[in-house]
Amino acid sequence: MQESAILGYLPILIFFALAVAIGGGMVVVSTFLGRKNPNPEKISTYECGMVPFKDARQRFDVRFYLVAMLFILFDIEVVFLYPWAVLFTRFDPVIFGFVEMLLFIFVLLFGYIYVLRKGALDWS
Amino acid sequence: MITLTHYLVLASIVFLIGVMGVLLRRNVIIILLSIELMLNGVNINLVAFSHYLQNMTGQVFVFFVMTVAAAEAAIGLAIVVVLFRNRETVDVDEISLMKW
Amino acid sequence: MGLESILFYYFAIVIVATAALAVSRRNPVYAVLFLLPCLVHIAGLWLFLGAEFLAAIQIIIYTGAIMVLYLFVIFILDLGSFRTKRIIHQQKSLAIAGGLALIVQLVVLTIASTFPGPFGPPQEVVSGGNTQAVGGVLYTDFLFPFELASLVLLVAIFGAVVLARKESEETSS
Repeated sequence: MQESAILGYLPILIFFALAVAIGGGMVVVSTFLGRKNPNPEKISTYECGMVPFKDARQRFDVRFYLVAMLFILFDIEVVFLYPWAVLFTRFDPVIFGFVEMLLFIFVLLFGYIYVLRKGALDWS
Repeated sequence: MITLTHYLVLASIVFLIGVMGVLLRRNVIIILLSIELMLNGVNINLVAFSHYLQNMTGQVFVFFVMTVAAAEAAIGLAIVVVLFRNRETVDVDEISLMKW
Repeated sequence: MGLESILFYYFAIVIVATAALAVSRRNPVYAVLFLLPCLVHIAGLWLFLGAEFLAAIQIIIYTGAIMVLYLFVIFILDLGSFRTKRIIHQQKSLAIAGGLALIVQLVVLTIASTFPGPFGPPQEVVSGGNTQAVGGVLYTDFLFPFELASLVLLVAIFGAVVLARKESEETSS
């Protein structure tokens, strides 16, 4: 039972191994076979494009953090929906499963309304 | 043959690395990362027991642990942002207002 | 050594190595980037244990969302170039003593206790997949904790918005 369960993932493992081998192999092969004659223009960040005007490592606005944070919390909400969705027809009274998820979503909807009212997603 | 003990030893090593990170490091971000590591060590244990004891409760528990971990990361990092804004540091040795 | 053992040891070694590297890096960006393969390999371990749903969730939530949040904060605070004078905390000896005590405790407990051998996957998994099995327990036996989880998330939304928003309000007004 255990061995067979693992063997079911063998194609994925082979896929990963191939992906690593091809991706890593290209980098390795190109470092050995590629011709290298760099000049300052060639190794600049954008060889043909705008000139970089300051360091990329600077402080970003905290609003990026707020968006990422809200993404996580609503991501969790969606993750709770997956097992519920595959089970939906199996709830004994179907209305029971429906109402419990409705409660869950309404509580988080309140949080969403709060975020909107607070203007946390405004970018002006 | 991989037994439950193998998983328990692995989980305790991961948990211990997390504990040492929390106790030894001074960067608040690394301390929070170490807490995530400790949570993951516990999660390995819960899933291993769930598998070997034929009980789904362990896996549901891991689900809740992840939910709390996400909330904890969101709030913890918000506190770090506020802390950095006020004190310009993420070093726990310099955050000693409550020390006597 | 069968395929199972080889894969288990591969996952275990990668998990422990990347975890140790993650907590010992000076630069928090590297710490997060080392924790990513660690979490992915933990997900791989869970595939062995028949927890496919949790393995997927681990990648979606932990590596996909939480670690990205950490990276965002490091970028927002520009911590990649932030240098602390010492990496190690002042209470080094105390911490090492506590850690050693924990190691002894865990080793003794793990060796002293005996566990029954593998039984195979939980019974519920046999009918339908792992996702159904998790949901079947989650939405019946754990109905109240499930609803409470929404409140935890709600409080997290409030807290994070209130804590993090301050500065942008000040600059806009």
